[in-house]
Amino acid sequence: MFRIATPGKLKRAGISGMNRRNVEYIAQNNPRHHFPRVDDKLVTKQLALHGGIAVPTLLGVVKYTGQIKRLPKFLEPLEQFVIKPSKGSSGKGIIVIVGRDGERFVKSSGKTMTFHDISRHINNILSGLFSLGGRPDVAMIEEMVRFADVFENFTYEGVPDIRVIVYKGYPVMAMARLSTSASDGKANLHQGAIGVGLDISTGRALHAVQNARPVEYHPDTGARLKDIVVPQWDELIRLAANCHDVTELGYLGADIVLDKERGPLIIELNARPGLAIQVANGSGLKPRIEKIEHEIRGQLRRLSSEERAAWSLQAFNYGESEEDTG
Amino acid sequence: MHSRLQLYLWMAVLLMLGLGAAAYKHWELGFPLVPGKTQTVWTVEARIEFEGTDRPVKASLNLPDDTENLVVVESVAASPGYGFELMKSKEHEVRGVWSARQSKDTQTLYYKTNVYRGKGKPPEEPKKKPKPADKPVFTEPKATAANALLEDAYRHSADAETLAIRMIEQLNAEKPEDNVRILLQGIKGRSQKNQLTVELLRSAEIPVRLLRGIELTDIGRRQNLQELIELYNGDQWIAIDPRSGELGLSETFLPWQRGDQWLMQVEGGKDSSLSFSVIANERAGRNVAILLGREEQAGIVDFSLFTLPVEVQNTFSILLLIPIGALVVVILRNLVGIRTSGTFMPILIALAFLQTTLFVGIVLFVVVVGVGLMIRGYLSRLNLLLVPRLAAVLIVVIGLYVALSIIGFKMGLMGVLSVTYFPMIIIAWTIERMSVLWEEEGAREVMIQGGGSLLTAILAHLVMTERHVAYLFFAFPELLFVVLAIILAIGQYTGYRLSELRRFEPLTRY
Repeated sequence: MFRIATPGKLKRAGISGMNRRNVEYIAQNNPRHHFPRVDDKLVTKQLALHGGIAVPTLLGVVKYTGQIKRLPKFLEPLEQFVIKPSKGSSGKGIIVIVGRDGERFVKSSGKTMTFHDISRHINNILSGLFSLGGRPDVAMIEEMVRFADVFENFTYEGVPDIRVIVYKGYPVMAMARLSTSASDGKANLHQGAIGVGLDISTGRALHAVQNARPVEYHPDTGARLKDIVVPQWDELIRLAANCHDVTELGYLGADIVLDKERGPLIIELNARPGLAIQVANGSGLKPRIEKIEHEIRGQLRRLSSEERAAWSLQAFNYGESEEDTG
Repeated sequence: MHSRLQLYLWMAVLLMLGLGAAAYKHWELGFPLVPGKTQTVWTVEARIEFEGTDRPVKASLNLPDDTENLVVVESVAASPGYGFELMKSKEHEVRGVWSARQSKDTQTLYYKTNVYRGKGKPPEEPKKKPKPADKPVFTEPKATAANALLEDAYRHSADAETLAIRMIEQLNAEKPEDNVRILLQGIKGRSQKNQLTVELLRSAEIPVRLLRGIELTDIGRRQNLQELIELYNGDQWIAIDPRSGELGLSETFLPWQRGDQWLMQVEGGKDSSLSFSVIANERAGRNVAILLGREEQAGIVDFSLFTLPVEVQNTFSILLLIPIGALVVVILRNLVGIRTSGTFMPILIALAFLQTTLFVGIVLFVVVVGVGLMIRGYLSRLNLLLVPRLAAVLIVVIGLYVALSIIGFKMGLMGVLSVTYFPMIIIAWTIERMSVLWEEEGAREVMIQGGGSLLTAILAHLVMTERHVAYLFFAFPELLFVVLAIILAIGQYTGYRLSELRRFEPLTRY
């Protein structure tokens, strides 16, 4: 089954291609000197704290090898924590410790590691093993997120997160990324994770794809993907809209997780979000972005992030009608 | 939108510049657009290098001669600071002489000339019949062997030519006879063997001399002079190839030095060396004359690539292909949507294919990268830091080159030796990047990007070696402006890539 669409058909569907993303969305809206704000998670975190954006709590930072000596004392009171490289990409080099087994640390996968293993891992982070281009890096120690139960049946092993694309401060499109056995517990769509398009006004699942083809049930858990409803949706959208104010990036991907107690938290921002979100949503970005451009031209003043989020929550409310015609 | 307007302006300017200059050269100066209906014009360059010694220096070089089939014209001796004059020797040989009062450091003298096909005037031979040279003296047991060989050749021949042919056949026989084997003892290399042939012919009282020249069909830098033997058959001098025994000069053999003359002499310098290079220009026969005729009037011709030294021309004929490769990469990545590993890596691979030939190149690339990936896979278990890891991969790559060359050579696969033309730093980076890709994204992505890179390299290679394209960009380098304009246009293209018609196809079904 090898089908090909005509450019005209894609255009009518409002799909944006990679060239448009690179030339119009990224090059015109994301000044390069602002990229470090999102490429370095430590910078992102500091900006977020100043801007009142909810993030997993930073417990400590290891900047030099010499600081590892003080680490055992630092880690002693911590039952659960996460170690991540500040400049790592796509989840590389992240260790999640969920508990202790005597002297040993227990990882989320159930395997254990010694303190020696941890210090070697931190050394690797510092020397740039996980960062782009091998640049020296720092290791962040964060509080572990206690994931809300909503996704319990919808994910296999990995961490479910929600990607929201924010254009000039307006949330445009959202999807949940669910790992599968095929994706090896990773939430990357092109590795076989499931993308679930979410109605931007309600947080309800619209449509789900795996490997760019529609799916109805999670292949590992059998759960019906259309049953997903993300709670605290309005709060999540407000959080995403606020990310624009601290980063000043006009085309932004916000990766959000739901914590049981703290609600939506930003775990990562991305200055070059991909286009797979269109496939997950079954619709194109272009008409929505044009609608935002039109809205901005009609404004007399810059809106606050709350106002923008409120606008987005009602502006793209055509999830129901899409289902009717589909 | 302001940037878009600027872009259109630049494109218009570039297009006008590029197409305008090309049109002017084509219609006003007669540069042909296609290499078709061409005549080959070889540009031959001799390059003398020596170390100056602060004393007056005089360097002389024997110059090439016309033949029945070749005309030597338009000689230039480009060497700043030197006086240059032509001198005719007693033997009617023409020598070029450079002289200067003082010379320091490394000095380079060029002699450049164009050679056309056509009936030329070979140098006049002295009226007097040449006397055979003194018979050389062989020591035993070579003397007996030489006599036996000569006797055999004498019996199986009718005149000087056939005697020489017979003798050359014997000397080059795959299973030489005992006499020949004795004679060949201690003889190493082609040059010594030629000297032996000359001496044997002199023993038979035939006037012979060595003839050194260039086979013009061997195009490239650093050509060596080839040796032929000329013998006097009582009427005229006839050339004979000491390797094949073929009589007469080949149509493309350019004689440079005869007999015992000096080929090159440097007085007042040391460590002198001489190298030759040949480049073949295809010029439309009808237009050759026009081009040369206008050379002095039109400034634009004066600044064309054809006026540079041949070695530099050779370099540029390759350099000018790179923008075409870049255009192919831009089209394949931004309009077609093929993913490659490393942006311009495919161009460098395509350039390497120029040396290795396409098929051999593809096989070598796949083998080197494949084996490299396997070894790199093991290295990643050792948890090395980035730079040491890269250095290790680099050494692995060089090791692979060595191993492949030796194995290929032993197996008689000479094509494998060209593996060294692959840029090893780029290959090492490719292996590193693909290996990381393998760990992060899986083998499928490696296949996609590796295959994409190879496909791009092959396409770039095919376009770059297309005769018309290569000619067009060398004769009209201003067309680079046009390429630039096209690349700028694609740089602002926001439409779909071919691959996206497939990727987003499901979206049109809702």
